[in-house]
Amino acid sequence: MDNQVVLTMRGISMTFPGVKALDNVDFTLREGEIHALMGENGAGKSTLIKCLTGINAFESGEIHVEGIEGPVVNHSTLDAQKKGISTVYQEVNLCPNLSVAENLFIGREPKTKLGTIDWKTMVKRAEAIMKDLDMSIDVTQNLEEYSLALQQMIAIARAVDMECKVLILDEPTSSLDDNEVEKLFRLMNQLKEKGVGIVFVTHFLEQVYAVCDRITVLRNGQLVGEYPIEELPRVKLVAAMMGKDFDDLASIKSDESPVFRDEDILIDAKGLSHKGTIKPFDLVIHKGEVVGLTGLLGSGRSELARVIYGADKNQTGTLKINGKEVKINAPIDAMNLGMGLLPDDRKAEGIIGDLSVRENIILALQAKRGMFRLLSMKEQIELADKYIEMLQIKTASRETLIRQLSGGNQQKVILGRWLATNPDFLILDEPTRGIDIGTKTEIQKLVLKLAKEGKSIVFISSEIEEMLRTCTKMAVLRDGAKVGEITESLTQETVMKAIAGGGSNE
Amino acid sequence: MNKLKKVTGMALFLPIFCMVLVMAVNIVYDAASGNFAFNFFTISIRNGVLYGRLIDILNRGSEIAILAVGMTLVVSASAGTDISVGSVMSLAASFCCMLLAGYGVSSTNDLAVPLFVGVLGGVLMGCLCGAFNGFLVAYLNVQPMVATLILFSAARAIGLLLCNNLIVYVRNDSFKFFGGYAGFMPTPIIIAAICVIITMVLLKKTALGLYIQSVGINKRASRIAGLNSAKIIFVCYVVCGLAAGIAGIVGASRISSADSNNIGLNYELDAILAVALGGNSLGGGKFNLAGSIIGAYTIQAITTTLYALGVSSDVAPVYKAVIVIIIVTIQAPPFKAYMKRLSARRALAKGGAAA
Amino acid sequence: MKQNKINSNTLLLLITIALFVVMYMVGCVIYSSKGFTHLQTFLNILINNAGLLCIACGMTCVMLTGGIDISVGSLVAMDCMFLAVGMEQWGMNAGLLCVLVLLIGVVFGLVQGFCVGYLEIQPFIVTMAGMFFARGMTAVICTDQVSISQNEFFVGLANMKFEIPFGAYTNSKGVLQVPFIRLPVIIALVVLVAVFLMLRYTKFGRSLYAVGGNEQSATMMGLNVKMTKLKAYMLSSFLCSVGGICFCMNTMSGSVRQALGLEMDAIASAVIGGTLLTGGVGNVIGSFFGVLINGTISTLVKTNGKLLSSWSSIAVAALLCFFIVLQSVFAKMKDTKK
Repeated sequence: MDNQVVLTMRGISMTFPGVKALDNVDFTLREGEIHALMGENGAGKSTLIKCLTGINAFESGEIHVEGIEGPVVNHSTLDAQKKGISTVYQEVNLCPNLSVAENLFIGREPKTKLGTIDWKTMVKRAEAIMKDLDMSIDVTQNLEEYSLALQQMIAIARAVDMECKVLILDEPTSSLDDNEVEKLFRLMNQLKEKGVGIVFVTHFLEQVYAVCDRITVLRNGQLVGEYPIEELPRVKLVAAMMGKDFDDLASIKSDESPVFRDEDILIDAKGLSHKGTIKPFDLVIHKGEVVGLTGLLGSGRSELARVIYGADKNQTGTLKINGKEVKINAPIDAMNLGMGLLPDDRKAEGIIGDLSVRENIILALQAKRGMFRLLSMKEQIELADKYIEMLQIKTASRETLIRQLSGGNQQKVILGRWLATNPDFLILDEPTRGIDIGTKTEIQKLVLKLAKEGKSIVFISSEIEEMLRTCTKMAVLRDGAKVGEITESLTQETVMKAIAGGGSNE
Repeated sequence: MNKLKKVTGMALFLPIFCMVLVMAVNIVYDAASGNFAFNFFTISIRNGVLYGRLIDILNRGSEIAILAVGMTLVVSASAGTDISVGSVMSLAASFCCMLLAGYGVSSTNDLAVPLFVGVLGGVLMGCLCGAFNGFLVAYLNVQPMVATLILFSAARAIGLLLCNNLIVYVRNDSFKFFGGYAGFMPTPIIIAAICVIITMVLLKKTALGLYIQSVGINKRASRIAGLNSAKIIFVCYVVCGLAAGIAGIVGASRISSADSNNIGLNYELDAILAVALGGNSLGGGKFNLAGSIIGAYTIQAITTTLYALGVSSDVAPVYKAVIVIIIVTIQAPPFKAYMKRLSARRALAKGGAAA
Repeated sequence: MKQNKINSNTLLLLITIALFVVMYMVGCVIYSSKGFTHLQTFLNILINNAGLLCIACGMTCVMLTGGIDISVGSLVAMDCMFLAVGMEQWGMNAGLLCVLVLLIGVVFGLVQGFCVGYLEIQPFIVTMAGMFFARGMTAVICTDQVSISQNEFFVGLANMKFEIPFGAYTNSKGVLQVPFIRLPVIIALVVLVAVFLMLRYTKFGRSLYAVGGNEQSATMMGLNVKMTKLKAYMLSSFLCSVGGICFCMNTMSGSVRQALGLEMDAIASAVIGGTLLTGGVGNVIGSFFGVLINGTISTLVKTNGKLLSSWSSIAVAALLCFFIVLQSVFAKMKDTKK
């Protein structure tokens, strides 16, 4: 049964300053298998892959690739590619200003006899590749003309065309919708039949069970084990990843559903819209209510929240807060009305990397007070210490730079930043993305606690289960329009149905 | 070894180290040429004013120090430099002298308008230039250096137009004050000190410093956290223009004229060098104003020393260019990584030898 | 949506060409009595700006990677001074001097390229240091103005005329004027065509676009980004030296104050020609028109005779400003569309 091994990594170790990122890790990939690499954030998945593709240099251990004598050390992605190891990363790593054909062939362009680029052959071959994948697109157009999902597929097509023995897919599905994921899986299975070994890194458990043959689990830079998929049911997988039994998340929400009266309306939006992204929508949020925004990626769930907050200015409509009509031109206006927004892109819009934890926590409050009313150092320290303790932020000190913290702790600091402004209304956009399961639970518990204190919360997450656990009401979005609201019988099934919209998505 | 690292890691290590180095060169030079070895440090009073090489450096370095204040803020907030400061200095000087002398007059002893009108006009012209740069950078998202490149080449030309292609001389004692002496003290030193102190107080007593650094590190996140990122960047450029305006008037007052082709020549290099020497990253973000100021005077010390060594003013930029490259190379992450690897290898070799 | 997008880049180029045509026509109408309508006026623009065209080609390549090179003006001054002093005071062979100048350009670019590519220092800082360095070195070579008059070979090259078989006319004195171009124009046009082909048909040319489009992606796709950048700056300085020789053939002298602000003209030409400051988009054909616009402006100012020469640099700066704003507006429109 065991196919031939195409790739082995033995005893790989490497350290980042102060952290043992990989500790004696083994990994084996066989011909024609899809092998999931699982682990929480910081478990060492990316690091292991980067060691393999030559982006990181490992300190000890050996890599063997089938057909190559002796241990292999790659110094660059190009190096790895030459040895038959291709990688597709989470962010599309192509050049938007070049044509699709060029993106497919850059670095290995077909040449004419004179040594110049043979455009004709290149376009012809590119068209053939696209046809193979059932994609009918104009390959002479610039890449930026196409959707993110298509770009992702083109990136994979590029990797596949390089006749690789090993294909690494690092979170390729995070920007794809279900249809596209389906397409990707078909492609993966095709490749599998051709004998390519595929390493699949993902956060989505369902996807692992949909396509993978084998799972390798890492935890804290160490190998937990390698299992055939049949031997590792979901619960066991999670336990292996976390190193403890599943914290019973389902029980964190109390059974009694609160009743909201009309006097308690905090936010009343009518006909708000944003050109190009959000069609006019109405939304009512009560005090102490947790409202979930759901929909597929790109359905406009983040954008809707951003319109309310003023991160993107609304073009039409009115917004009432506590019954008073307000005008929000910039985030600071929203903040002065008691709002806060935890953005989904933590790195780009959340943390101020080179500032300390303390400065990151006080920033929003300081902005609210204005430039000339500087918080005294004593107040700053008190605030910082309060939230470090309350949110159990793991940091060496309050003066540590925030970029040195792990993702989950960074997220907690940003949460602390908003709690410090004592908001009535918080928008949490993907607060649990890319952080470990333990912290995810803490954040969900915190959301419920805040709601109990009377704060209103908008909660956005791509994991429906998470929303089911926290929200009392859900607004469903499709293609930039709010298509429905679910208040009763919040179950996975009803929500899914609403999102899919009765098959009109086809 | 550890102690050494602690010292070199200090915020003000680089500027102070360079300053000491320059002083050492001076001492050696003086000693070698048979003068009193500590000539550099002697301060005396001649003709009722302070005299000495140190005073000369403080005096001549005033413009750079003033520019460095603005430049530090610009670098921090926008991760780019304002390369127009030298030209803006010249434009401010031209405008000021043009106002004082009247349009088309090439030389005057009497002022056409009250002194403060001319000076204010010059300073405002600086602000206007800063606002132009700031608008391009903050609101139109043009890369800072490209935006400031426009005025870098146009400001001098505009200055020439304002002065009708003449060098305008204002030979008036009240105008001379700014580049001359207040009692026994050179006025530029006082002006620079005032500029620096006001800025320091502003940074200490308001949240401006936090705002600027925050915007410089992550513009989008700062906006979400309630800061008006564009406005803060804009203000930094206006302050930089203001600084250039003040420096321009000091420069014009020194030579009692507005010489468009020479006032502020090569000052953009000095100002940027001051910021880099002060240990600030030219990539924006965190800044240290004190470092920039020490850096500014260090630059002037280098310039003065070069002149003392017989290097002409046309050739001096060669040395400064080399210094800039050395400093930014030391700051460059790939270089740091390389040095780390090198020292690690050396430590390994040492360990191997011990074993 | 698709059609729209393609236009925004070509639109910039179309605006540029239209601007040139309009500007030239206006010149023809206003200054027709001063001979603006003759073919020679256009050819003179080419002759006077041959050096700039070479430099603009190199600048375009650097800007495609998202960088910039502001050392070019000073480098030209250094080249001219070196040529002038070499021929007049050291009595060296002109051909050898030209080769040396090109070599200096390559080495100069190599150092700048290394700093930008391998040390990852901001291009502006590196080339600004280069700018002051080269200007200072000019003064090191010689602080006086030196004219070239004794070297027969070089003077001969500079005075060479290539007559054009059409467009001849008889001037007011009844003498037949045959339009002509000079050697620098031929050099510059060869450079233009060579760079155009290189950008389109060689791996290096496409790498420049890729690096400017998305540096990280270019790395991931296996391109040597550092080397590409290094080569781009080397090419820029090399072409700048070629341009320096052309420039010298026009001025026949070297001085410390020469070619002040030339970097501005080169950058303006590239930007006006549709090269994006952010990199990844642009073409030397556009830059060619940029240079023509630049030349037309200074010719207009000169033909007027009453305007101060500062006006032409102010006009170029204003035009650069206009196109920068245009680019920024286009970029914003593209953003909102997404």
